[in-house]
Amino acid sequence: MTRYIIKRLLGLIPVIIGVSICAFLLIHLIPGDPARAILGERATPESLAAVREQLGLNDPLHIQYLRFMGQLIQGDFGRSVITNSLVIEEFAERFPATMELSIAAMTIAILVGVLAGVISAVKQYSWFDNISMIGALFGVSVPIFWLGLMMQWLFAFKLGLLDASARLSVELRLDNITNFYVLDSILTGNWEALFDSLKHLILPSLALATIPMAIIARMTRSSMLEVLRQDYIRTARAKGLKEKVVIFRHALKNAFLPVLTVMGLQFGTLLGGAVLTETIFSWPGIGRLMYEAIMQRDFPVVQSGILIISLIFVFINLVVDILYSFVDPRIRVN
Amino acid sequence: MAENLLAIEDLKTYFYTPSGVVKAVDGVSFSLKKGETLGVVGESGSGKSITAMSILQLIPSPPGKIAGGRIVFNGDNLLEKSEEEIRRIRGNDISMIFQDPMTSLNPVLTIGEQLTEVIVLHQKLDKTAAAARAAEMLRLVGIPEAEKRLKSYPHEFSGGMRQRAMIAIALSCHPKLLIADEPTTALDVTIQAQILELMNDLKDKFETSIMLITHDLGVVAEVCDHVVVMYAGRPVEYADVETLFEAPLHPYTWGLLASLPKIEERGKQRLEAIEGTPPDLRHMPTGCAFAPRCSKAQTVCREKQPLYRQVREGHYVACHY
Repeated sequence: MTRYIIKRLLGLIPVIIGVSICAFLLIHLIPGDPARAILGERATPESLAAVREQLGLNDPLHIQYLRFMGQLIQGDFGRSVITNSLVIEEFAERFPATMELSIAAMTIAILVGVLAGVISAVKQYSWFDNISMIGALFGVSVPIFWLGLMMQWLFAFKLGLLDASARLSVELRLDNITNFYVLDSILTGNWEALFDSLKHLILPSLALATIPMAIIARMTRSSMLEVLRQDYIRTARAKGLKEKVVIFRHALKNAFLPVLTVMGLQFGTLLGGAVLTETIFSWPGIGRLMYEAIMQRDFPVVQSGILIISLIFVFINLVVDILYSFVDPRIRVN
Repeated sequence: MAENLLAIEDLKTYFYTPSGVVKAVDGVSFSLKKGETLGVVGESGSGKSITAMSILQLIPSPPGKIAGGRIVFNGDNLLEKSEEEIRRIRGNDISMIFQDPMTSLNPVLTIGEQLTEVIVLHQKLDKTAAAARAAEMLRLVGIPEAEKRLKSYPHEFSGGMRQRAMIAIALSCHPKLLIADEPTTALDVTIQAQILELMNDLKDKFETSIMLITHDLGVVAEVCDHVVVMYAGRPVEYADVETLFEAPLHPYTWGLLASLPKIEERGKQRLEAIEGTPPDLRHMPTGCAFAPRCSKAQTVCREKQPLYRQVREGHYVACHY
């Protein structure tokens, strides 16, 4: 198992090199002078030269790339050209917010998606199946920014049940330990903050969960339908097992494999791609950091962001591959 | 004379498909005595497996439905039992093994898990006792290092071993009836013989009756006491195995017997085949279902369905002649 993981980690090297080239070239792919793009039309020649010097744009391309990589290997992700703070620190600060949101969204998506998929498959063509599959089709097709706005309007402004932006109400104080607000509230016994942070978390995580929930539900349904036709399901029934046991122990465990793949891909996408949701809900995560960096043409932040998000994505898929071997003994690696 | 363990009376199992009602089983009657092995033979689509699945009510519904008849097991009509009561019978009083051992075991559960779950369910043993019983069953079916093998997954077993494991699962609650649906068809010949021998041994040990579904008359000759021949969803002949092989009455049985390869005729001629194909179960001919393929068919055969009648003590046939 250890050997397998090491092998997979070594396999990451070409991926990282590929991603780093893409991220590096980003700054050179926009038309014109990057320094002018950062500073805008009215920049003085002196400030342009200073930015060029800071970004090392005067050197040949391959030297720039080698320097870029050399710094990365030393853990130096550069400084923001706007705030001059260390990129790595900005990410470290924002990451728990995104992680908290993604975990909440993924939990909702898995619980609802798998359950809806299983019931739909078992009661194929029933009203439940029809409604949940239409719902799932709606879920994958609806634009998230629209759905997010509608949810804010209904639950926050009309009904006043939940909060529409930020992670915590401004008047509340919370000691940060992990920067996961829900976790921190529990750790410090701050129940008021726990309740408040949950109220803030529900809407964005529901919005973010919509697409993965729909995909997981559809995937689970089709995978379950396939498995329920198998001979070993007939064997399980012939043993006199209760239908519940047949469905959850014998069928779902087999049907879960393709669903697990989708979960991994979706989770990776959530972590990196919460840009829209975080922007709409003013959620201070890396999605919104990226959005701000792009708007301000803060290239070092965008470059490092792409790299970090890609690494997380690849890492999550590695975890999924390892999880595979726990679910399916046939691909268990020694 | 031993009493009947299982009596099927005029069983009808239909499938309601968009292109019409498929009468997969249409008036099947036969009985099975305690301690005997009954062979059910017939070509693909003759309703053998559907009959077996009907006994345990494992017919996928919809589209399938048991449309009529009685299945009397140990004096009770199974068709009148509730789902819960049937579940208590499945795997306990009546168990079943299937054709393809490669796909009949769950690939993500260990052999031990699949074996103990049925023991825990029906015998109400705790985990440790069930595991001991499971290991004992594996030893009985001839799997070496049984304790270790309980932790194996089906893909670590060969085809023959998987079928042995299936037999262990099926017999673990000492059922009164074992339904074996083509248990050796997917296995190679040497393994076939071993599995048949194993079934025969365990049948005596556990006093289990066997209903053996097969299209292999060689297997029938080897292990069965009585045989019922099915064609197009109906029984056409029932007799003890000697009578059936020596004095078959139905032209379809003749055809089946003639199609067996014989060693003395090797290389001399082509194998005998029954001309034509079985009828479409959605549009059955009015008369005898076999008439279109029968060399002896007369006008009456095409017009009237023959009665399934007793011609001699213990010998039934459905033919006008």
